[in-house]
Amino acid sequence: MPRKTMIESIRDAMDTMMERDENVVVFGEDVGFFGGVFRCTQGLQAKYGKTRCFDAPINEAGIVGAAIGMASYGLKPCVEIQFADYVYPAYDQIVSEAARLRYRSNGDFTCPMVVRMPVGGGIFGGQTHSQSPEALFTHVSGLKVVVPSNPYDAKGLLISAIEDPDPVIFLEPKRIYNGPFDGHHDRPVTPWSKHDLGEVPDGHYTVPLGKAIKRREGSQLTILTYGTMVYVAEAAAAEHNIDAEIIDLRTLLPLDLETIIESVSKTGRCIVVHEATLTSGFGAELAALVQEHCFYKLEAPVARVAGWDTPYPHAQEWDYFPGPSRVGRALVETLEGL
Amino acid sequence: MATRAKKSPARSAQTSAVKAPKPIEFTKEQELEAYRQMLLIRRFEEKAGQLYGMGFIGGFCHLYIGQEAVVTGMQMSLKEGDQNITGYRDHGHMLACGMSPRGVMAELTGRRGGLSKGKGGSMHMFSKEKHFYGGHGIVGAQVSLGTGLAFANRYRDNGNVSLAYFGDGAANQGQVYESFNMASLWKLPVIYIIENNRYAMGTSVSRASAETDFSKRGLSFNIPGIQVDGMDVRAVHAAAEEATAWARTGKGPMILEMQTYRYRGHSMSDPAKYRSKDEVQKMRSDHDPIEQVKNRLIEKGWSTEDDLKKIDKDVRDIVADAADFAQSDPEPDASELYTDILL
Repeated sequence: MPRKTMIESIRDAMDTMMERDENVVVFGEDVGFFGGVFRCTQGLQAKYGKTRCFDAPINEAGIVGAAIGMASYGLKPCVEIQFADYVYPAYDQIVSEAARLRYRSNGDFTCPMVVRMPVGGGIFGGQTHSQSPEALFTHVSGLKVVVPSNPYDAKGLLISAIEDPDPVIFLEPKRIYNGPFDGHHDRPVTPWSKHDLGEVPDGHYTVPLGKAIKRREGSQLTILTYGTMVYVAEAAAAEHNIDAEIIDLRTLLPLDLETIIESVSKTGRCIVVHEATLTSGFGAELAALVQEHCFYKLEAPVARVAGWDTPYPHAQEWDYFPGPSRVGRALVETLEGL
Repeated sequence: MATRAKKSPARSAQTSAVKAPKPIEFTKEQELEAYRQMLLIRRFEEKAGQLYGMGFIGGFCHLYIGQEAVVTGMQMSLKEGDQNITGYRDHGHMLACGMSPRGVMAELTGRRGGLSKGKGGSMHMFSKEKHFYGGHGIVGAQVSLGTGLAFANRYRDNGNVSLAYFGDGAANQGQVYESFNMASLWKLPVIYIIENNRYAMGTSVSRASAETDFSKRGLSFNIPGIQVDGMDVRAVHAAAEEATAWARTGKGPMILEMQTYRYRGHSMSDPAKYRSKDEVQKMRSDHDPIEQVKNRLIEKGWSTEDDLKKIDKDVRDIVADAADFAQSDPEPDASELYTDILL
């Protein structure tokens, strides 16, 4: 089976859907001629022409606003925001228009739009090219929020997102575009070409939205995580020789609560790991749900490992990033109990 | 019968696309000042590019090489207290404002002595002392802030103007037009400097802009605009004189479209396949802002080649010192992570 990077598999998903459905259009800043800042749309304009894959001016509110208009008329726009850090001008359109269209039109209209954006740090982008704003979207009813962690899932989830009748926020952890980065920034990263999850079938397949997956079966504790942090969690558990059950949530909204409850009920201990800042992060929601549903099974408080509550610092990138040592410490503490 | 709205006299006045003033003939001192300033920016940026290649600078680094005449000519018209604000291609602006080359370079390498103690990086630096209000990584966001600075000037009646720099790409952001409207409505002393270097990253102006004459972008807001040869520091300065005089006398904002060119890629990772090598070479050989000044200095007999080499050496020494500092200064202490943040 062909192996692909996450960039290639994301491109493959759009390619597959553009070929199958002429309602699918792809646009954004530098998306057409240039092929996207991370090259996710490279070649699509050449293949499908300028009416289906094209450049937009630098105006995020306009890009998303226009996409909502297109979507409400039956097109399926898949737009790129160059960095998630640039999405805020479009936030009003996403929250007040896209997410609410179905509800306030009594189901008459839906908004089959996908907004793709690279998230997360690890490339020295500083505070305006490194953020993980997933919780700003999970707080909004009417949206679906997806964070893939590997090329196989990325393609299958993006196809599901494009086919979905409702707006999907598709967050791509840019640090793992080329390989499963485990947080050890001083070591080379294994490329996806040498990783099983880099195997990406040709053509159409889907990974369902709202379905988590166990990346590792384990008995001692449950780690709830997504995106880049899946690999950091794997590394931390291995380095501390802990038999952790690692759940890659894949979709944050709608959340696969069933898989979470099943796992935490079995292990009795739970840690949430994400790169975004701690306070009011998605981890808070997960911790609340776990204690609500698994209270009598818990043998230790639910722990959270997250980015510090600061802007993403340029020079101190790796102090901010919740790497394997911070995750490892939390694993040990949670196992020891209090 | 419907009556047609009367044409307001204010609206029929010449309010946009003002003819560019003739380049001001520089004195010897002005030519030398411009030469030195532009050379400092160029050598600094060349060094930053080298340090990036050597791995001392991580992440993003947007070089100003080719555009030096813009900030240099604008700066020559400013008086103490006038504010500057710009986007992410900000190193040249900071040097022109008189911020320390050591401080800028050490911020690029993420060191303790950097202007933001290493926490900001290339795109995010400030200096209250030099009235530089940032380096902003979000395209176009600084335009509204520059408008607010101008409001503060008007409010305090301090006679200062604010200079809000942005690119041809940022000129398509919605908040730019919200800013234009407020600035004109409230007659704010702000100069909007659109540095049209022809490419918004990899997207050429014609592929992203319905109206490519950016001096006309204020038409609906009654903001006059001038198209300026941004490669000629004298032309920039002439436009700056006109714009600052306009803004300082309570007439409101003005737009200056600087037609300029960046020689390097958008950032260090840009292979620049969207334009030909010939195009870049032609700009370098026919329009280079530094060469223009150099040629005039020599033609007029104001400087010899040796005089100019001496300036180049001085500038190189300053840049080398900044680079040494930026490589030897320690990285910020871990405790810095939680300073200057509300908890």
